[in-house]
Amino acid sequence: MSTPKTPGSAAGGLRTTDRLAAGLLWLVALPTVLVAAWWFGSASSDNYINPPLADVVAAFVPTWFGEPGTPFADSRVAVDIVPSVLRLMAGYAVALVGGIAAGVLIGSSRALRAFVEPVLEFFRAVPPPILVPVLMLFLGIGDTMKVVVIAFGCVWPILLNTVEGVRALDPVLRDTARIYRLGPWARVRKLVLPGASPQIVTGARQALSIGIILMVIGEMFAARDGLGFSIVQFQRSFAIPEMWGGVVVLGLLGLLLSLTFRVASDAILAWYHGYQRAQRGGA
Amino acid sequence: MSRPIRPRAQVPAWVLGAAGILTFLAVLEAVPRSGLVDARFLPPTSQITAALAERLRGGDLWVALGQTLTTWVIGLAISLVAGVVLGVLFGMVPVLRRATASTIEFLRPVPSVALIPVAVLLYGTTMQSTLLLVVYASFWQVLLQVLAGVGDVDPVANDTARSFRFSLMTRVRTLVWPTALPYAVTGLRLAASVALILTVTGELLIGTPGIGRLIGVARESGAVPAMYALVVVAGMLGVAVNLLARAFESRALFWHPSVRGEVAA
Amino acid sequence: MTSPVVENPSVMLGVHGLNKVYTGRGEPVEAIADLSFEISAGELVCVVGPSGAGKTTLLRCLAGLLPATAGDVRLAGQAVSDPPTGMAVVFQEYGRSLFPWLTVAQNVELPLREKGLPKARRKELVRETLEAVGLGDATASYPWQLSGGMQQRVAIARAAAYEPQVLLMDEPFAAVDAQTRFDLEDLVRSLWSRLGVTVVFVTHDIDEAIYLGERVLVLSGRPTVLLEDVRVGLGDDRSQLETRATPEFTRLRTHVYELVQAAKRGARSVTDAHLTH
Ligand SMILES: Nc1ncnc2c1ncn2[C@@H]1O[C@H](COP(=O)(O)OP(=O)(O)OP(=O)(O)O)[C@@H](O)[C@H]1O
Ligand SMILES: [Mg+2]
Repeated sequence: MSTPKTPGSAAGGLRTTDRLAAGLLWLVALPTVLVAAWWFGSASSDNYINPPLADVVAAFVPTWFGEPGTPFADSRVAVDIVPSVLRLMAGYAVALVGGIAAGVLIGSSRALRAFVEPVLEFFRAVPPPILVPVLMLFLGIGDTMKVVVIAFGCVWPILLNTVEGVRALDPVLRDTARIYRLGPWARVRKLVLPGASPQIVTGARQALSIGIILMVIGEMFAARDGLGFSIVQFQRSFAIPEMWGGVVVLGLLGLLLSLTFRVASDAILAWYHGYQRAQRGGA
Repeated sequence: MSRPIRPRAQVPAWVLGAAGILTFLAVLEAVPRSGLVDARFLPPTSQITAALAERLRGGDLWVALGQTLTTWVIGLAISLVAGVVLGVLFGMVPVLRRATASTIEFLRPVPSVALIPVAVLLYGTTMQSTLLLVVYASFWQVLLQVLAGVGDVDPVANDTARSFRFSLMTRVRTLVWPTALPYAVTGLRLAASVALILTVTGELLIGTPGIGRLIGVARESGAVPAMYALVVVAGMLGVAVNLLARAFESRALFWHPSVRGEVAA
Repeated sequence: MTSPVVENPSVMLGVHGLNKVYTGRGEPVEAIADLSFEISAGELVCVVGPSGAGKTTLLRCLAGLLPATAGDVRLAGQAVSDPPTGMAVVFQEYGRSLFPWLTVAQNVELPLREKGLPKARRKELVRETLEAVGLGDATASYPWQLSGGMQQRVAIARAAAYEPQVLLMDEPFAAVDAQTRFDLEDLVRSLWSRLGVTVVFVTHDIDEAIYLGERVLVLSGRPTVLLEDVRVGLGDDRSQLETRATPEFTRLRTHVYELVQAAKRGARSVTDAHLTH
């Protein structure tokens, strides 16, 4: 522990700020050390793969926001990043809606589940990136192909986890819903979806990382714009500081999406976390 | 009074499943033949099967399969060892645990495909290129599970062990490892499928040797049925990996009261 | 087709030749061999029997949750094949019957919403019933934040707020302390006399069965038959202290106790039971 325990209640406020400061210190300490090591380690590097970090930083703003005076609409952020993210969101949303709807349907019938499960397991097991060349046959290399690739790759974990969640619903809860004669729509909204939500969220989380991979790959493979396209362009033209900047942008994007996902899922699953703690805590 | 006890006729699940597969194959045969979908883009099942049979007779599919499996196994082994060692280390030493927490949170969501250009510059189209992606992606799966497992060690038992001045190695052996093992096995299962995805991805995009590259070659040469046949092979490989990993998990943990779900990452 | 059973119109629940065999994986299990009885509208009937006798099975058949293998269950003359309207059930697994993602108040309200009650009436019912079971200040909690006994009372409140015609309860007081139990027993009696609801109450507590019921159905061990339909002549006004101290109460309790003991030994009729008192 970094904060010594000061006795007495008067020091309470001070202790809180101390704790916050210590927490912040722990948060930034190692990342700072690592960045510093990169900075100084690469400062006099003449290895082309490992340019001075100073160069990477210097190239960053001009690369992504354009030279001073460039309108935002012409910057790489607007031209490459925003469309990439929009395609990701579109594909992911389609996968969420389709996967959950199909999962609820399939999970509700034993026979249907047994009928389709082996085929679904196969689709889940196909490494999603090889869908890119297949779907390119049908859809060319436009936006539709990229959105479909993302949706098609993301849908399986969502679907299969939803099926699992619906199947694992407590039979006593099902009986309760039957006894109180919940209609089909209320049953889905009040019983099936919340009951399966822990598994749905697990599937959605797996799907999100697949989605990001597919977003990048769709653009690396065949595209004229997008984040993945730009990064590969930088690499092919040996614009190494710009390429590293692109890697960082992708990393930040991944971080941002995963934080957003966590905030949303924590809100959806607040009851579940409490429920689990209560189960574990005793009784 | 005699009552006939008749079990409700229920078709076993495997029969339904087999029927599902056959239906799927039949639809895939019928759809391109009927002209609903262009047969140049989606050849009927029979053509895909023929292409698959031809490939299976030739040697290069088997070679590629071996290359893919080699990359997968090596990548998985590196991630497993690194993830377990670092997970136990970070998990057991509070200072390290706190210091690394934020860095892990930052690095974990970085999509591994972001490293493709770096890998290409470093290793070109050799297997190492793909290995880099595979290790980066699957390492986190193992590390996070092991960290959660070590965090699950009963604090009272841990304090007791420390108060008896058990050596670090003894503590790892008797306390930490048994608690963390189920988590590590789950991590291995998750890592196994992620590693396969990234193996094939690397082969397809970078062109390192393996099934993925064959798919790329088939696409470029317009051999559509062959491409689908290879997709089927990759899918079957994925099914096999999933089944093996699940079987291994339930076998390794059969003694465990609850075969655990993955920790929410 | 089932032959039309000529029934007394006052019969609310009619069970005729009920037989239930579980055919899951493995050996078929004959839970209920042959049960017939009738319950009039507005009666309060308790069911006792050894553990594993098939009490829960019977209740689930009555509720339309479980199809009978043979025989039939009729509610107000209608064959029951699906959960009928106007029926509420308090499950033995009370904790698992509460929706963990809904608060206590939302759990009680959900069936009322499905029933189409206006919002004001719903709020009123939720508040009243939760206060009646002593949970007036836990409305905003989630079920898993409550103790087992409190959860059980939520399940009871939900059933009561529904204002059913028929109320089926499966060992609803198993997890509450003795004091609360007495209060809840009186609550059930007052709900019953106030609403005129028909109640089937499963319990393993013989004293409770006699104190609550107008009749006590004593079941044999599995496969179940009816050992005896015991009439309880304790009048309508009952009080925990006085009723339990009457000679009639003691007599009934000895009688039912002996029957249940005999059932555990495998007796399948009153003559098998060799009663000593
Ligand atoms: N789903 C099922 N499949 C097979 N057998 C079952 C099933 N449910 C109950 N049984 C069997 O039926 C018999 C009666 O069970 P039931 O739950 O009705 O007993 P009970 O009288 O409610 O017992 P308790 O007092 O312990 O609650 C038991 O022998 C039980 O093993
Ligand atoms: Mg029971």
